[in-house]
Amino acid sequence: MKKKRSSASVSSNLIIRPIRRYCWLFLLPVVAAFAIGFVWPFIHGIYLSICKFTTTSDAKVIGFGNYLKALSDPTFLHSFWYTALFAVVSLVLINILAFAAAYLLTQNIRGTNIFRTVFFMPNLIGGIVLGYIWSMIFDGILMHFGTSIVLDSGLGFWGLIILMLWQQIGYMMIIYIAGLQAVPEDIIEASKIDGASKMQTLFRVTIPNVMPSITICTFLSLTNGFKLFDQNLALTGGNPIISTIENGVFTQIKSTEMLALNIYNTFYGQGSTARGTAQAKAVLFFILVAVIGIIQLRATRNKEVQQ
Amino acid sequence: MKKVLAILLACMLVIPAFALTASAEDAAPKGSVYWLNFKPESDEALQAIAAKYTEETGVPVKVVTAASGTYSQTLTAEMDKSSAPTLFVVGNQAGVETWGDYCYDLTGTPVAEELNTDAYNLYDADGKLCSIGYSVEAFGIIANKELLEKAGHSLDEITNFETLKAVADDIHARAEELGFDAFTSSGMDDSSSWRFSGHLANLDLFYESRDAGGWTETPAEITGAYLENFKNLWDLYTTDTATDKSALATGGFDARDEFGTGKAAFYQNGSWEYAALTGSGENEYGMDPANLAMIPFYGGVEGEEEAGLNCGTENCWAVNAKASEDDIQATLDFMYWLVTDGSEDAVATFGLMPYTNAVAPDNTFLAQADQYTVDGKYVMTWAFNFTPNVDDWRAGVVSAMNQYDAGGDWAMVEAAFVQGWAQQYSAINE
Repeated sequence: MKKKRSSASVSSNLIIRPIRRYCWLFLLPVVAAFAIGFVWPFIHGIYLSICKFTTTSDAKVIGFGNYLKALSDPTFLHSFWYTALFAVVSLVLINILAFAAAYLLTQNIRGTNIFRTVFFMPNLIGGIVLGYIWSMIFDGILMHFGTSIVLDSGLGFWGLIILMLWQQIGYMMIIYIAGLQAVPEDIIEASKIDGASKMQTLFRVTIPNVMPSITICTFLSLTNGFKLFDQNLALTGGNPIISTIENGVFTQIKSTEMLALNIYNTFYGQGSTARGTAQAKAVLFFILVAVIGIIQLRATRNKEVQQ
Repeated sequence: MKKVLAILLACMLVIPAFALTASAEDAAPKGSVYWLNFKPESDEALQAIAAKYTEETGVPVKVVTAASGTYSQTLTAEMDKSSAPTLFVVGNQAGVETWGDYCYDLTGTPVAEELNTDAYNLYDADGKLCSIGYSVEAFGIIANKELLEKAGHSLDEITNFETLKAVADDIHARAEELGFDAFTSSGMDDSSSWRFSGHLANLDLFYESRDAGGWTETPAEITGAYLENFKNLWDLYTTDTATDKSALATGGFDARDEFGTGKAAFYQNGSWEYAALTGSGENEYGMDPANLAMIPFYGGVEGEEEAGLNCGTENCWAVNAKASEDDIQATLDFMYWLVTDGSEDAVATFGLMPYTNAVAPDNTFLAQADQYTVDGKYVMTWAFNFTPNVDDWRAGVVSAMNQYDAGGDWAMVEAAFVQGWAQQYSAINE
């Protein structure tokens, strides 16, 4: 009885009309914050990419030369391929390990909750802090071998991978656990009755049913890999620099510098003429991450099954 | 309960709006100074100086110090604000390239008239006086006279590279018997590599600049003509020392501690080390100033017997040309006060201030730098202030030097030096 009355009152004009009239007031804070914090800087950033400037409020339009410079910069191209490699390797490893952890922790093992909490905890620490902590850990070990994380690009790469795995696995694991728990018991039971082995159940029944989780996790880890900045800055800062002389041409490349760090270094490292170039790189960077994200979402969405 | 929560949340949304309007309102009544300082170690002293000036004249002075290593970022952000810094630091030619449009022409201002030398002035391409030095520093090779005497040598023996090498080689050969070595460690990690990629590099850059009649702007190319001399000293540093050459890249050494505790007789660094070496506080070494001396970079350049210390500064004041007239005037007045009536406090934190009426500092190294000049020796000016894209260039040189230390070819260092310069130059001037 009570329920009926309340539902009737919600749809009554006395309530609906003021909501209709004042809904903008409730939307305003969020819309304003979104516009100030995201939409405006984004548009302004695109505008700055065709400018020469020292401070952002005082820019002069110079056309698309910045884009040409960005695309012809060998360090930018190097950091692109390096980032791509990093993103793919971290994508694969994070998801396999996170899924494995999630799978194990949904098997009714003792202390499941403690493990879940502990695995999730690294995700609560900021990237810069993590970077410095891990650089101390790595250097503490590598010192005995007379080297350091900033002296060897191979070590720098795997160091970053380890750091990212440590930080991200817990987060992805939580998403996978949610997915695994949502797999209907009856399907699993049915496959058991049909005589499916544990492996068959996993690959033919469980995984297709957690495809939505896989979609979101691969999307997150791929874009995280491409956007990585703090950890990169704090752990290696792009070091070591590799100098080579080939046919008399001398080149120096920051061997562990990823895209975001390359943009940052361009912006602050090279005087005012390079700031527009850095901005152009940032716009290209946005397009790249957006396109890759969309392609990847399309690809995995197709494999999702309807329950 | 829910109602209270809702009200609280609503309030939180509104608070930032008030905060914004409040901060926009505190523009000064008439003429104020906003000094963006870049030396974290001077912050405390400058706050006190600012307060004293405000007390004396009523002009508000705000001093903000950028966190270590973030000056460029802080300046970029602050300059965008409506209440931008009126006094900031443009310490080298690259800074002039970036911030030249924001520099007020200091030519003929009372504070610029007080300068006793124009050696530390920075001009833009049109000859506008963009910034003026306020704190001169000197660097070279710091020597412990007491240890030299213990080893049977004296500072007077050392007048050029050959004599320096003879003394250092002798001490290194007898290191075990003496209980100390010639040079402190030359670590190449970030905490120490600037002593070599920055300061020692000046050995080549200064002589190149002198050959060219003194640089007034960053040259597009350098020749590396004196790199051989740079190599001489570097080899000496890394041979006549207790530290293994192959460990330098990893770093983690404390050269000041080695020198302060008498483990080595020579230590390449600058006048800013004086306080830590002679002070008696925590992490200071209480050395007797009479035992300390600083000698020039002797790298085997012809005529180097007549060289003095590397004197110069990256501490140069620029006034924001885009500030209001009142603020510019207030800032110029404040600067004038700092180099005249207020110079006692300022000198205590800045060391030598190159102004006619500023008091002299209590620092053996700076006094020595002055003495060399009085004796008619030439000052090795800071030609490295012209380095294009300085952080990247230095990082490249450090990496090449590490390769050399690990047994690589010196040609890589030459390439990083010479070609690296040309590349960084074109990167910022395209």
